[in-house]
Amino acid sequence: MAILSVNNLVTEFDTDEGRVRAVDDVSFTAQAGKTLGIVGESGCGKSVTALSIMRLLPQPMGKIVSGSVELDGTDLTRLPIPQMEKIRGARIGMVFQEPMTALNPVHTIGRQLTEVLLIHKNITADAAIREGVQILDRVGIPSPDVRMTEYPHQLSGGMRQRIVIAMALACKPDFLIADEPTTALDVTIQAQILELIKELQADMGMSVILITHDLGVIAETCDEVVVMYAGKVAEKGSVFDIFDRPAHPYTRGLLKSIPTLNTIPKSTLSVIDGMVPGLLDLPEGCRFENRCHFSIDQCISKPPVLQTVKEQHQVSCLRWQEIQA
Amino acid sequence: MAGDPGMTPILKVTDLKMHFPVKEGIFLRANKFNKAVDGISFEIQPGETLGLVGESGCGKSTLGRCIARLYEPTSGSIEFEGTDITKLKGKALMPYRQNIQMIFQDPMESLNSRHTVGDIIEEPFIVQNIGDKASRTKRVRELLDIVGLPARSITRYPFEFSGGQRQRIGIARSIALNPRLVVCDEPVSALDVSIQSQILNLLVDLQKEFNLAYLFIAHDLAVVKHISDRIAIMYLGNIVEESTGESIYHEPRHPYTKSLISAIPVPDPHKKVNREVITGDVPSPINPPSGCRFHPRCPRVMEKCKVEIPQLRTVADHEVSCHLEDM
Repeated sequence: MAILSVNNLVTEFDTDEGRVRAVDDVSFTAQAGKTLGIVGESGCGKSVTALSIMRLLPQPMGKIVSGSVELDGTDLTRLPIPQMEKIRGARIGMVFQEPMTALNPVHTIGRQLTEVLLIHKNITADAAIREGVQILDRVGIPSPDVRMTEYPHQLSGGMRQRIVIAMALACKPDFLIADEPTTALDVTIQAQILELIKELQADMGMSVILITHDLGVIAETCDEVVVMYAGKVAEKGSVFDIFDRPAHPYTRGLLKSIPTLNTIPKSTLSVIDGMVPGLLDLPEGCRFENRCHFSIDQCISKPPVLQTVKEQHQVSCLRWQEIQA
Repeated sequence: MAGDPGMTPILKVTDLKMHFPVKEGIFLRANKFNKAVDGISFEIQPGETLGLVGESGCGKSTLGRCIARLYEPTSGSIEFEGTDITKLKGKALMPYRQNIQMIFQDPMESLNSRHTVGDIIEEPFIVQNIGDKASRTKRVRELLDIVGLPARSITRYPFEFSGGQRQRIGIARSIALNPRLVVCDEPVSALDVSIQSQILNLLVDLQKEFNLAYLFIAHDLAVVKHISDRIAIMYLGNIVEESTGESIYHEPRHPYTKSLISAIPVPDPHKKVNREVITGDVPSPINPPSGCRFHPRCPRVMEKCKVEIPQLRTVADHEVSCHLEDM
């Protein structure tokens, strides 16, 4: 069952150098109780997609130009702000990358955590504190009642990220958007946090959109994957489609370029030559064309459209059949 | 430790300590010390890569900076090709600055944004007073070519380049004086996946071509394994295990190494790993736990671990500091 669908989303930013289209015609659906991964390199539009869903684009530069984000049939892009505020935090929770900047340094953990509860639930301050302590305990914070009175700087990075997750989950949302939740953390802490998100998801039957650049994290946690490149969807499908039968040359290149524990030490890693084109001077045709070994004249003249490889597996490449063969 | 007994190591570090005073109170007296590096010994052979892995705050960057003599260590010794450089200062240190260079993590912060790329790469020659302007410019062009940047980059500024290209500029500067040893402190962590492999390939090629030795510091274990001959695992200022790359990954001995390796996400959806997630965070190096520093997080902790500090000992082809009999 689709719970959230993003349809032909276009998001633009006004910058000094001109208008930049950070997200260009992106569509995907997230299924209830599942994890959808969005993977891509810096500047590919994955975070802007998340911010567009939450309607948290920096103002006044960022703007959703067209497309829709439907949550149970309601188009979030057209909701008036007061109604959107009722959805944020209550129905969709969000976890940000850098737990230090996501928390307010001058307020106690307790105050920040209970704020969510007090806004969305009709409860007393005492009840909110009690509930806050329970949530902290649930996300694995030792001596939660003491932590409620402490400030973010008194906690480690892993602890802070648990607090941010606790805040996102305080109102038991149906949906969690996690934007690089573990990128700033060490591997052992990353493992703890990913495990925690999985447990909570199973507990609460929540759906998750996980945004990351780490293909290892995607492979371990996601059911469905969207691969983004320069603001567009390059490929989307089940995690097995993407890892076993990637059809886009960019996906293939990414998968081949990461060293794993099984690659021969000091062997030459395969690379994707060149760089991502700047969003201000995007090519007319396929955006990956300048780095692609399969490029033909048609790739330069016309942007590719999403083509169906098989059910639920789509790719935006003219030559996917040859590539996958 | 490991390595060919017949060869003179290019770098020999013995019982190195770097303690930073923590100033507190109104008189700012240093009553406590941050023991960032607390008794580390290892060797690096010419042309070899030693990978140094550990979590943030384990002291790996501090160790790298001690080796490059950006810090003056508290105690212990650093020998470069048999000469003790631990306490050298000023002019006496100059010849070693040529031979030991460093690549930093953030290629934006480590390049002066007001200098052109040409100035940046030429600076080591000026500092060391090598050659005249014409020969230096020629050499800068050669270096740009070696690291795969176009010659016209010479008049450009760092902000005109992408992250991966900036890291190439940093690499060109570090190899400018033909060093013997390069300390690479998280050189690819700030880069995107598709760029990371380009830089790793460049580092491997340069090593082969110029017989460079690397101390390669990183937290990404797959990257370290790819580039290293031997790997040392650090935890709270100490090396807890050292061995060859293959052996560390396939037969880890120390419980910390085991949990570190099992925590790496594998980019293969068919392998749903059953990992031993270790609980808790890295304790503070200002007030480290008694006995074995890993004991509060160790899944196999014994009474002995809480009181007695384990020493590095040889188990098969590993050096491990752990009290366990059956690792």
